[in-house]
Amino acid sequence: MALNRDFVGRTYESSAPYEVSRVKIREFAAAIGERNPVCHDRDAAVAAGHPDLVAPPTFPIVFSLSSTGGALADPGLGLDFSMVVHGEQRFEYDRPIYAGDELVCTSTITEIRSVGRNEFLTLRSDVSTTSGESVCRTYNTIVERGGAA
Amino acid sequence: MTMAATVKYDEVEAGQEIPAVEYPVHRVDLVRYAGASGDFNPIHWNERYAKAVGLPDVIAHGMYTMAQGGRFVTEWAGDPSAVVDFGVRFSSMVVVPDDDAGATIRISGVVEEKLEDKRVVVVLTAKSGDARVLSKARAVVQLS
Repeated sequence: MALNRDFVGRTYESSAPYEVSRVKIREFAAAIGERNPVCHDRDAAVAAGHPDLVAPPTFPIVFSLSSTGGALADPGLGLDFSMVVHGEQRFEYDRPIYAGDELVCTSTITEIRSVGRNEFLTLRSDVSTTSGESVCRTYNTIVERGGAA
Repeated sequence: MTMAATVKYDEVEAGQEIPAVEYPVHRVDLVRYAGASGDFNPIHWNERYAKAVGLPDVIAHGMYTMAQGGRFVTEWAGDPSAVVDFGVRFSSMVVVPDDDAGATIRISGVVEEKLEDKRVVVVLTAKSGDARVLSKARAVVQLS
């Protein structure tokens, strides 16, 4: 089913700040095989000049999608999750994410388009601290296979 | 800003190749990644479900493949905080069979361009078997 183009431009705020913990950074780093000590050992991170553990570059996927889960699950959008695969992803940083950060996400559906038989939907998430410091932007394009058929 | 990269900007040249690394992928890696990322889409762990929705078998999370690309760059730079911009297109699936061999993602890179402020553009090639699994894979890396 074609996605509802009325959703383009809609913006969603995360319901509560995401608290970046050392435990989650270590768990995520271990899951992707990132062994650099600045992701695992606070003393090593501080010795390298960081305030605390450093999150790997793709870490924001942990919280950026959950903040928009409600939007994509809205029956009015017409998205069939069983047919969804990931199309494109980008992370653009102002500074690294550190353990102890409290992050809020503002996500906007920036584009919905058809390519062949598939539907493409792009979300931009602006990630900042609860005190308003901009940290990064994420761009996520999902593909609904057969959605435009 | 912290300058912890072990690669020095002045010692890098445009066109320089970063040697390939092979990353094995087994089903347990996808289960671990599902738990760590919170992405429990069954196409990444349930063969019955994956085949019912028309996939050849369980496939790796695109983000798992992208994370291996990120790891390739941070291991080269020596610093996970050195990646200031990282984008990819998922051009083909990494099919992960339930056997001892699993799948392999082979990643290599080229320093495409030197930018200002000791930053460089690294372009990645990622393949699983003959299939190119990432395209337009590009990272901007802060060197020291």
